[in-house]
Amino acid sequence: MAVLSPTRAEKQHDEREPDVKRNQGGIAGRVFQYLSVAAGLTILLTLAAVAGFLVLRAWPALTASPEELQEISWFQGDSLLAYVGPLIFGTLLASLLALLIAVPLSVGIALFISHYAPRALAQALGYVIDLLAAIPSVVYGLWGALWLAPTLDPIFRWMTDFLGFIPLFEGYQPPAKNILTASVVLAVMILPIITAVTREVFLQTPVLHEEAALALGATRWEMVRMAVIPFGRSGVISASMLGLGRALGETMAVLMILSPGFLYSFFLLKPGQHQSIAANIASKFPEASGLSVSALIATGLALFVITLAVNMFARWIISRRSEFSGAN
Amino acid sequence: MTTTTVDPLAGTQTSARRRLPTWSPWAFAAGALVLAFLLMLVLGSPTVATVVATAIVLYAVGLTVTSRVVEGERRATDRLATTLVTLAFGVALIPLISLLWTVVKEGSKQFSVTFLNTNMVGVYGQMTEGGVYHAIMGTLLITLAAAVISVPIGLLTAIYLVEYGQGHLARSITFLVDVMTGIPSIVAGLFAFTLFTMVFGPAYRSGLMGAAALSVLMIPVVIRSVEEMLRLVPNELREAAYALGVPKYLTIIKVVLRTAVAGIVTGVMLAVARVIGETAPLLLTVGIIADVNWDLFDGRMATLPVYAYRQYSQGGIGVDRAWAAALTLIAIVMILNVVARLVSRYFSPKATR
Repeated sequence: MAVLSPTRAEKQHDEREPDVKRNQGGIAGRVFQYLSVAAGLTILLTLAAVAGFLVLRAWPALTASPEELQEISWFQGDSLLAYVGPLIFGTLLASLLALLIAVPLSVGIALFISHYAPRALAQALGYVIDLLAAIPSVVYGLWGALWLAPTLDPIFRWMTDFLGFIPLFEGYQPPAKNILTASVVLAVMILPIITAVTREVFLQTPVLHEEAALALGATRWEMVRMAVIPFGRSGVISASMLGLGRALGETMAVLMILSPGFLYSFFLLKPGQHQSIAANIASKFPEASGLSVSALIATGLALFVITLAVNMFARWIISRRSEFSGAN
Repeated sequence: MTTTTVDPLAGTQTSARRRLPTWSPWAFAAGALVLAFLLMLVLGSPTVATVVATAIVLYAVGLTVTSRVVEGERRATDRLATTLVTLAFGVALIPLISLLWTVVKEGSKQFSVTFLNTNMVGVYGQMTEGGVYHAIMGTLLITLAAAVISVPIGLLTAIYLVEYGQGHLARSITFLVDVMTGIPSIVAGLFAFTLFTMVFGPAYRSGLMGAAALSVLMIPVVIRSVEEMLRLVPNELREAAYALGVPKYLTIIKVVLRTAVAGIVTGVMLAVARVIGETAPLLLTVGIIADVNWDLFDGRMATLPVYAYRQYSQGGIGVDRAWAAALTLIAIVMILNVVARLVSRYFSPKATR
């Protein structure tokens, strides 16, 4: 592979510029080129290895009979699918709630930085939001469990008292170690990436469109609604998908905040109802051995597939957009 | 951006001729704050949070309604939108400020020079001794090893993509790098665990395992930032070198990389800052230990994030230690970020012509 590919790349290079005969630098040049191609192929290889090794190690659990699986002390349900189902549900619920909180906020922040804040301040404000991305996840976990949970406690009490007739908010029990707290922390963690991508797209809005809207007498908000938002819509969608990918795989915040449970439950304020795949692996893995390791890796494989699908979808939207954005 | 002195709405409606004075938002804000404070005083004990929240609601409602009466519906909507967009930014500052403040306040309880240069050997129960020396060393060693693996691969891949890559292979590698960016950190940890235990036996643990897991997360970040830097190098420089008969590989090494070196260093440091706080993959692979382990190739190692997590789950005095470790970690990350930005500011080539 490593020998074949560069020659192909090189041939195409020559086809593109047939009249230029470039000095490739003899053997040293060849070696350098092959090295760089080999590095590129390492990426391919690494991804293949991640998938391959996980499948290989998860195989014993994937093929194990229900009786064998029952011997794992923490195992619940009749089959691996029945075990991973509530985990997938918990992961998706936490991530979607986080998205629900983060996307409107991010769009607002991105608009503020791109179209509302004074020009001189805009870049500095962008840095401030990027700071949120630099904070390690374990610190978010500490903050969520020890500061945010007590802070949200009175709000949750109020919600369950006055909105308790809606099943979603029924039956709050302090401390606030429920899925809504975890989702709020996840929302804060994915805020920077969604904001960064959205802001970039909003800044690319053609100035002519904006000025045309203003010249027709639009207020600033009408200009944003008519020129900026339609232009940036696909960018917002793909940014949300990237954020969703982050939230799905986030471990520490959920592990440190959520009190775990294995139910298909929509009670957002009750503790002991949900658990995410990643947090489940992190909590069980250090003590696991043998078949239980395989079972955990099988759940990890499910997480890998889900995040892969979400990310590929996001990239597909971005690439589709870049194809026609030049025409705008 | 703003509609200036000529008011395009004038004349469309009779009420739209009038506009609120420019200082009116500030006046409304001050009024809303005072009113909210008085209201909270009547209803019960005022706290900063409830007063500010009430004031924001009063401000939004008051300004929008007044604007609607005086200026008409469209201006009112515009003012409401401005309020909401600014509010979104303000809301995002709450977690940032409270997080940094809590970490500094709680972390300083245990934080001291002794905390930085002792380890956890012989510390048990509610003893207040003990520190993070072993965890700092472990974090630095593992991150360094991860950088040693990731930087050459990332650099060369970026060079391939920018300088050599064409056709299907380059396009699919670009796509796979994007996909790799999305690998959850815990999956990277599982991968490193599986790879090493399959080769060296199920009980094998080492810092290298953690470094491999971190590399999976770090390589795509390095590629992305180096690629961006290489694309910034003007093509004229490359063509000038070719015209002088310099071979392509020497052009890349001596001209392209030399021009982009500051940006590359910045990118690598930001990538390091990003993986240095990763917890989950290290929790699965290197675990925790009480003493310094200098051998990357054998045995468990302590790292700051895992240390913080373990101390937190231990409870009691451990929570204070967890905060102090979090403070240490944030300090390291912030120093890396600041130095990276300084490098890119002072060492990148000046655009003088």
